[in-house]
Amino acid sequence: MRITRKEVEHVATLARLKLDHEEIETFTGQMAAILSYVDKLSELDTEGIIPTSHAVPMENAFRPDDTYPSLGTENALANAPDKTDDFFKVPKVIE
Amino acid sequence: MEIFELTVHELHEKLKKKELSSVEATEAMLGRIEATDGKVNAFITVCNEEALESAREADKRIAEGRMDILTGIPIALKDIFLTKGIRTTCASRMLGNFIPPYDATAWIKLKERGAVLLGKLNQDEFAMGSSCESSAFGTTRNPWNQECIPGGSSGGSAAAIAAQQAAATLGTDTGGSIRQPASHCGCVGLKPTYGRVSRYGVIAYASSLDQVGPMTRDVRDAAIMLGAVAGHDPLDSTSVERPVPDYLGSLLPDVKGLKIGLPKEYYIEGLDPDVKKAMELAIETYRGMGAEFIDISLPYTDYAVACYYLIATAEASSNLARYDGVRFGHRSGKAGSLIEMMSRSRDEGFGAEVKRRIMLGTYALSSGYYDAYYLKAQKVRTLIMQEFLKAFEKVDVILTPVAPTPAFKIGEKTSDPLQMYLSDIFTIPVNLAGTCGLSVPAGMSSDGLPIGLQLIGRPFGEEAIIRAGYAFEQATEWHKKKATI
Repeated sequence: MRITRKEVEHVATLARLKLDHEEIETFTGQMAAILSYVDKLSELDTEGIIPTSHAVPMENAFRPDDTYPSLGTENALANAPDKTDDFFKVPKVIE
Repeated sequence: MEIFELTVHELHEKLKKKELSSVEATEAMLGRIEATDGKVNAFITVCNEEALESAREADKRIAEGRMDILTGIPIALKDIFLTKGIRTTCASRMLGNFIPPYDATAWIKLKERGAVLLGKLNQDEFAMGSSCESSAFGTTRNPWNQECIPGGSSGGSAAAIAAQQAAATLGTDTGGSIRQPASHCGCVGLKPTYGRVSRYGVIAYASSLDQVGPMTRDVRDAAIMLGAVAGHDPLDSTSVERPVPDYLGSLLPDVKGLKIGLPKEYYIEGLDPDVKKAMELAIETYRGMGAEFIDISLPYTDYAVACYYLIATAEASSNLARYDGVRFGHRSGKAGSLIEMMSRSRDEGFGAEVKRRIMLGTYALSSGYYDAYYLKAQKVRTLIMQEFLKAFEKVDVILTPVAPTPAFKIGEKTSDPLQMYLSDIFTIPVNLAGTCGLSVPAGMSSDGLPIGLQLIGRPFGEEAIIRAGYAFEQATEWHKKKATI
């Protein structure tokens, strides 16, 4: 299964990973090999099989609609790389 | 016998009889870590002050007659468990200085019973790996042979037991990350059924596969630890409301009439001769104890690795999207737009294996590929799960090797990710099926490296595998062997 450099670059953009030239080369090769391997799943007839998204039979994991104390602003900001007042600070969002 | 060689239950007896204090036990472990971790590198963070403080608390509690089986016992946690106020890195530069503002439920449960935290253990970054080689804090070395890997991703947890640096540890298992390192390091490792133990406060890799489990010197300790951490948690909606049985009640060395399934797909031609020999001996041991063997076939085994590396990577790409340099974790110092900041932070913070898996997962979920990859894998997962459930109609437990070979040398498989992935073939199906598995020491290779056997149980059938594991352990001496550092 050939995956192109362009596809790898596109995936890197989707994944918000700024890969350098060498990484893109390496990943293109490795991903091609891995995707080739996982292609073996296409050997199986899965017509009518329900996909498993949850490992154990479980339904409606509800709790009462009550409020509880949450983390709090101070804790939430404690590991912030950059903050001001009660806000996380980031580079300009709107150009 | 040195204090650091004692099991949890042995330490408990000594603490109960006041032959030993928790402070003495903790000092002994901290001393052992100091003396050996330069060679092993099992620990990312050692909590000297906090450990001694907790030990003093535990001693007070013991003196007041309020002791529990885990009170005063020095343990350590894989660095994937959030520990409030104590740096938690998940072995990644991304979280190199992260101080969690809350505790993982599994840790709270141990803490409430008075366990003493010695420190946080090394692992593959974000639990992605089978060798502990993809840690931002260096590889952990196998205490049995320091040129070899301890296994992964819970490599530090296994090595700490083998190096006698902690009485018990907790690891996590997504594709074999408890069982495989346990096998490679000659200790016991238990992956409970999905939903048995809360994942709250456990840094997520693949949410439908991750499970917390104990890694210990013997099966009794594993039963003690499992009993302590299992149970429904309102903070984890995937944890089940089933009552927690008394796992200690399963510690009966009796397997007469136990129906053990041997799946032919796990006893393949390419199996390492030492692993083959260990399994043959194990089968003889069980036969001698009156167990019955039934040949079974699990044909979908062949598709498990492919299935796993689509589901796990897809879930990982989603789970790791939170590391964007905004609210916590590494933020790139290089200037740029918001998106550039995020992309650079992630590129700088994540190691190669993590990036590779995020890329695979993103690809598998992307438009045009979702049906062929992720959805297909989820359907194959159903087939794998159904196959196990059908087998359990005929057998009580399934016996298999844990890994195709004993621990390989550091660096041996790092250039070929696919080769590394294929070595998880025996453990991955258990995670896909959501059921439980136990790794128990079962032999040594001709090079002196441990070999474990795997007991797979039906969902929520931990009692059966604990019993089968205990019986085997009591009939053999493998678990008594100790690595010399």
